[in-house]
Amino acid sequence: MKAIAIKGGHLMDPAAGVDELKDILLKDGRVAEIAAPGKLNGAAGAEVLNAKGLIVAPGLIDIHVHLREPGQTHKETIATGTAAAAAGGFTAVAAMPNTIPVNDTAEITRWMQAPERGASARVFPIGAATRGSKGEVINDFAGLKAAGAVAVTDDGHPILKDGIMREVLAAAARQGLTVIQHAEDTRMTQGCSMNLGPASFRLGLRGMSNESESSLVERDIRLVTELKDSHAHLHVAHTSTAAALAAVRQARRNGLRVTCEVAPHHFLLTDEHVGLYNTHAKMNPPLRSAADRDAMIQGILDGVVDAIATDHAPHAQHEKEVEFEFAPNGITGLETALGLSLRWLHKQWKMPLGRVLSLLSAQPAALLGFKGRGTLTVGSFADVVVFDPKTEWTYRATESKSRAKNTPFDGWEMLGKVRWTISEGRIAYSSLT
Amino acid sequence: MTVATSARRHFSTPPVPASSFPYHPGSMLSVVDLSVEEVSRLLKRAAELENQNPLERDHILAKRRIALLFYESSTRTRTSFELAAKALGVDTTLVSSLSSSIEKGESLKDTGLTLRALGAEAIILRHPSSGAAWLLEESTRLPVINAGDGMHEHPTQALLDLRTLLKHLRPKPQGVKSNTLAGVTVTIAGDILHSRVARSNMLLLPRLGARVLLCGPKQLLPEIASHAGPGIEIERDFEAAMKQSQAIMMLRIQAERLAGLQIDLEEYKAAYQLTGQRLAALAPTALVMHPGPIIRGMEITAGVADGPQSAILEQVTHGLAIRMAVMERALTAKGGRA
Repeated sequence: MKAIAIKGGHLMDPAAGVDELKDILLKDGRVAEIAAPGKLNGAAGAEVLNAKGLIVAPGLIDIHVHLREPGQTHKETIATGTAAAAAGGFTAVAAMPNTIPVNDTAEITRWMQAPERGASARVFPIGAATRGSKGEVINDFAGLKAAGAVAVTDDGHPILKDGIMREVLAAAARQGLTVIQHAEDTRMTQGCSMNLGPASFRLGLRGMSNESESSLVERDIRLVTELKDSHAHLHVAHTSTAAALAAVRQARRNGLRVTCEVAPHHFLLTDEHVGLYNTHAKMNPPLRSAADRDAMIQGILDGVVDAIATDHAPHAQHEKEVEFEFAPNGITGLETALGLSLRWLHKQWKMPLGRVLSLLSAQPAALLGFKGRGTLTVGSFADVVVFDPKTEWTYRATESKSRAKNTPFDGWEMLGKVRWTISEGRIAYSSLT
Repeated sequence: MTVATSARRHFSTPPVPASSFPYHPGSMLSVVDLSVEEVSRLLKRAAELENQNPLERDHILAKRRIALLFYESSTRTRTSFELAAKALGVDTTLVSSLSSSIEKGESLKDTGLTLRALGAEAIILRHPSSGAAWLLEESTRLPVINAGDGMHEHPTQALLDLRTLLKHLRPKPQGVKSNTLAGVTVTIAGDILHSRVARSNMLLLPRLGARVLLCGPKQLLPEIASHAGPGIEIERDFEAAMKQSQAIMMLRIQAERLAGLQIDLEEYKAAYQLTGQRLAALAPTALVMHPGPIIRGMEITAGVADGPQSAILEQVTHGLAIRMAVMERALTAKGGRA
């Protein structure tokens, strides 16, 4: 592997407190040297990337993606999904276990990480919490962890039974694994396809109440409280309601290890964006009210939100071209997360650039314990995104590296264009190729 | 690093894009797409077509082709569209979900494209999923007439209801304007939540000046219904609503859409059944309407359904005239964005 010297760029590494012009040398998949501009010692023979005017930052980390492999390669593969990740500036993604079969074994966990998958970014599998994600029998967490799983979840099949969830939290804590919950009391959302509110009434669609999310978050926090000495870590996936966020906030005040993520669509869009049955605005949790959307923005700005995660959920076009209530949930997100975050969180709502980047790299890395990632210090992984923070551009879904094009952000203005994405020392994406 | 939430801050956020529907000016997907002028034109045209010599009328759209695509059972709507089409000389074909490739899993999009390839110039769609008509229009770019989509809308029903109301409350024939029904209160009572008829009427009638009172128990009439549009209020007390109304539209409880909701029918009848006694005491001159099918003895007594204030069968008749006008519009409108 040829060494890479990134020269002339502005290194922004919030975790290390670096925010200045620096050259950086990447060698053997690691950061080898960081120096003042022009002062690298070991750059001889390295491929030089001219980063003048560009931001050099730790590669982005998305802890919530669906790569659809094994089992649904018509939607996405690990290769195409991570190609989209790299195009979006991501160097590591955590892959949800709702594959076919469900990733509930060490074997599948290892298979997903095998070089034959052709990944352009590091894939961290998340193991299923229960066998087949059926919420009944707890999986072998030690085995999953040994194979590389970084957390456990039943994702789209939330664990409703108190006893099972308590056991999952305790067993995961013993292995030092995070439990991720897609918080939805599915007993309250049968037949629902969007948020409950004036829009759902007007469209004649059954709506999911805010309580269907917040009540399960509250239940899970109660279980974590009961397990306090076990150091259980609960992570609330794609938080979408003000009430759920308030519950997380309170749990943190009470000293519990409860974290949460918010997806770009939940801090940008509302249920009004469903428009006239736009299935690209159908996801679960659904787009909520303006008050909930504003609560997500507020939570990101005031720090209660630990990470921005996309819930990248690719689907084939024909699967989305059906009656709204029959369309599968989810949208793609890897290529639009940075551009939207910079355009709105940074430019519009004045969040400092370093804090935005931290939510997309350092914080998610810390949340799932990705050692040597989310920061660029000597010895850490050579996971780097180089982007032009000033370029405004228009996202075109047709140009996506993902196999899927199901995004509500087609044609949206983005801020900040990725120039290079380097994953463990290899150029995974270059905007000139 | 968490700080206490202060008062809700206002954020400047991305705008909601404008809708691009309907693509075809001949489509009738929602009453919301119709201007008051267009409603007026349709009403006038319905009257002209109704009064025209049938032997002349059947040349208007001779040998044009319309497909009726019905994924749900229907008596009134299907027959009246079919008869209205034939009255204008249109060739119709009926495709229903139980005797077609829909049973084999063919999608709505593919079914629509197949009908278009067979020469259909417009499609009339009845479908159990809200929004199905939008999907069909997007897929085929043909004029699509929404003959009922799930719990959402049934625009031709609202137009025929409007025609019925006007015949009684504004008998001098003339076009409609935004104040034509000023001073008129219409109660819509019963299973509002699951009713496409209720939605289309509550969105249409206030635009002509009427006040709409929605009446029903919380399970069948959520509070958010009053936000569906202007001129819509909730009055849970049926008798109080009746007292204020010049017309009372009763709705059937849609057992097929209750999705597990438990309704105590005896309680429901005690509170919301339209009885002869209530009518005589509270609204002795009000028009009684019902989109059908009626369940006698449930939301309405047989005596009221058959009584002198009932316009239920008249509504059915008005459906023919309205649907002639709507189909003529579908096949003659110009300028579709293909």
